[in-house]
Amino acid sequence: MSDNLATVVRDICRKYGRERGRLMDIVRAVQEKFGCVSGPAMDLIAKEVGVRRVQVASVVTFYAFLSEQPKGQVVIRLCNDIIDQMAGAPDVARAFEEELGISFGQTTPDGKFSLEYAACIGMCDQAPAALVNDVPVTELSTDAARRIVRDLRKHMDPSRLVHRLGDGNNAHELVHAMVMNNIHLRGPVIFTPANRGEAIRKALAMTPAEVIRAVKTSRLRGRGGAGFPTGMKWEFTRAAPGDRKYIVCNADEGEPGTFKDRVLLTELPDRVFAGMTIAGYAVGAAEGILYLRAEYAYLQRFLEDLLDKRRAENLLGQNICGKAGFNFDIRIQMGAGAYVCGEETALLSSAEGSRGDPKNRPPFPAQKGYLDCPTVVNNVETLACVTKILEAGPATFSEHGSPGSTGTKLLSISGDCKVPGVFEVPFGIKLSEVLKLAGGEDAIAVQVGGASGQMIAREEFGRTICFDDLATGGSVMIFGPERNVLEVADKFMEFFVEESCGYCTPCRVGNVLLKERLERVIAGQGEPADLEYLQDLGQTIKTMSRCGLGQTSANPVLTTLKNFRATYNALVKKRTDGLQPAFDLGAAVGEAETIIGRKSEHAHA
Amino acid sequence: MSATIEFVIDGKEIQGQPGQTILEAAQQAGVYIPRLCYMKGLVPHGSCRVCTVLVNGRPQSACTQPVAPGMVVENNTEKVTALRRNIVEMLFVEGNHFCMFCEKSGNCELQALAYRLGIAAPKYPYLFPTRDIDMSHPDVFIDRNRCILCGRCVRASRDVDGKHVFDFVGRGPHKRVAVNAEVRLADTNLDVRDKAAEACPVGAIMKKRVGYAVPIGQRLYDHKPIGSEIENGKK
Repeated sequence: MSDNLATVVRDICRKYGRERGRLMDIVRAVQEKFGCVSGPAMDLIAKEVGVRRVQVASVVTFYAFLSEQPKGQVVIRLCNDIIDQMAGAPDVARAFEEELGISFGQTTPDGKFSLEYAACIGMCDQAPAALVNDVPVTELSTDAARRIVRDLRKHMDPSRLVHRLGDGNNAHELVHAMVMNNIHLRGPVIFTPANRGEAIRKALAMTPAEVIRAVKTSRLRGRGGAGFPTGMKWEFTRAAPGDRKYIVCNADEGEPGTFKDRVLLTELPDRVFAGMTIAGYAVGAAEGILYLRAEYAYLQRFLEDLLDKRRAENLLGQNICGKAGFNFDIRIQMGAGAYVCGEETALLSSAEGSRGDPKNRPPFPAQKGYLDCPTVVNNVETLACVTKILEAGPATFSEHGSPGSTGTKLLSISGDCKVPGVFEVPFGIKLSEVLKLAGGEDAIAVQVGGASGQMIAREEFGRTICFDDLATGGSVMIFGPERNVLEVADKFMEFFVEESCGYCTPCRVGNVLLKERLERVIAGQGEPADLEYLQDLGQTIKTMSRCGLGQTSANPVLTTLKNFRATYNALVKKRTDGLQPAFDLGAAVGEAETIIGRKSEHAHA
Repeated sequence: MSATIEFVIDGKEIQGQPGQTILEAAQQAGVYIPRLCYMKGLVPHGSCRVCTVLVNGRPQSACTQPVAPGMVVENNTEKVTALRRNIVEMLFVEGNHFCMFCEKSGNCELQALAYRLGIAAPKYPYLFPTRDIDMSHPDVFIDRNRCILCGRCVRASRDVDGKHVFDFVGRGPHKRVAVNAEVRLADTNLDVRDKAAEACPVGAIMKKRVGYAVPIGQRLYDHKPIGSEIENGKK
């Protein structure tokens, strides 16, 4: 066994050139092979790669999909975000537990099954969903959960759980998934017919500076949510000194309620790869990296195959499309389960083979990014837009949308609505119109922008989706009249506590404290002063945190305090006896009463 | 490149050098910016966030932000101090800090900073985590109850000692400092004379057999608050 471990680990390390920068791939491969990255495995990896064991441990312990302790041969990860919960995930969870005879977080004694919760796996429009190893299983019921376990017991092969295939490329033999695209609205930019290679050929007929000018003219802004002007980002990177530059596509779509990048990568990956290639030409980069979240590993083979096809057609590789001297290739870097890696500098740390800790800024990635080289990091959708801009011209792009937010936006709509799925809408659309499109007019609240976004109340449904009003990476979660907005906020806080990298104090500690006090208020044990406490604490986290995750992590509390104040006010009360509402005198003296064998006169007066 | 960079902290004109951070330039000019994870000679970490200042109104960590001409920095104002107080209080409730019997008391940067910022008792509830103590090493012990995850030991060992004895493992509230061995500090090559053995701002990594050696009244922060050595022009 240990000889086997040594041989296999050595082979894996050599496959990745024993490079420290490929540590993520190495530990992922070891995890897949042995169900864990054990202490002895870490020692072996450290020796092969030339790092300390504690550096390997530092990586392994950071990611949800990696573990030091052995996991089952099959790991079932049930998505437990708020949308999945509303769709029945708790019942499905019980069914899995009963059928397997273990609780979440445990592995069966025979080492065959592990049961875990996952943060949003990007399937909110077909919730409840789970990953069985890499295989997504969607629209789960308690019956489906039991059947899955029984089937697995027979063959232990997750791929055989796919009894029906999804639409579009989900049915492609290299994807082979039951996942549905659920594209309900196709707009004029993204979901339009495309001619493979056209955008690249047009770009290569221009100078790099002209390509950048075209992107600037289109006024394209980053689709990840922050909305930084893409052309400007490229210009900075082009101007930065350095021979080696990189194009990184951020496909770590982890914001709860977002799944449009999954659909883009399933249906229009050519557009995304073309966008990366055009970016490479524009800034003078020869290498691109698609950072793909671990939850979408089922798309990896399909995407690798497409990269091969593009190489064969000279859309990647040397002297692309006959353009002498333009060389560009793309590799896929798999993540391992960490929301924070959607933050661009954390993503770079992870792609470099380290913990997904965000980096200090400055320097910005355009100056010093991947391996300290100038790097463009763009969202999947942004790059798909680039391809359209080069294909149809910047004017055709910017005639859609609003002046400050040109083009269209893909929305991932989920929750209490008739048709959850992906909608391509023009920027500037009113939230009320979005609700009408998805059949969610009954909503009492809409979370725009995922857990880190804003909870919007009915009175504000007239606001618009755009960078100057309601900015969003695409997540729109709809909550109907029967939902408790504060419990939704609490669920988001649970998410942030788990997904904080823990690097900086306010995010690591503050969110734990915020969640504690929010829950006290929800339980009816809060007093009016607790609302000021929440506001002050939330504001401290927002102001003092180091990266975008921390700076937005208090939003579930801060935006509900602002937009649902009456809900909070109804829960808090001032006690007349001068004690804090959370203080239960009877319980506090209970133990002492048991010891002395009589009841306190004061406590029960 | 010896041109000075002029900027303002709390109304006072400061002259910094190109490449300096706000914290370094301020320190040179006798202005103290509170900090915990910063340590001279180590790569800035930017993790404790105590040194956060407002640069033209935007929060930035002074230990990582380079000086720029004309920047207006807010440091010692009621608004900034209130935010810093919250951060220091968070560190107190996150761990188990019992100053009354801690060997580091009086020489502890966390404790001294709390006094300087006027914290009598934190307003946040104590989290009382269960953390371990590692007494295995003959000359140095780790008491993780007191660790504030500043990473000074990690950087000192990695960059100064060239040993990489420490690193962070886990994430979020589960983050902790681990050693380069299966479990025990004794199984690493840490030496008591290493920089890492004296980098800890609190009582988490301590040399053995020197506890309480300095009597009360003669300890580092017994008479003057932390930072006064900078304000008095001694660096």
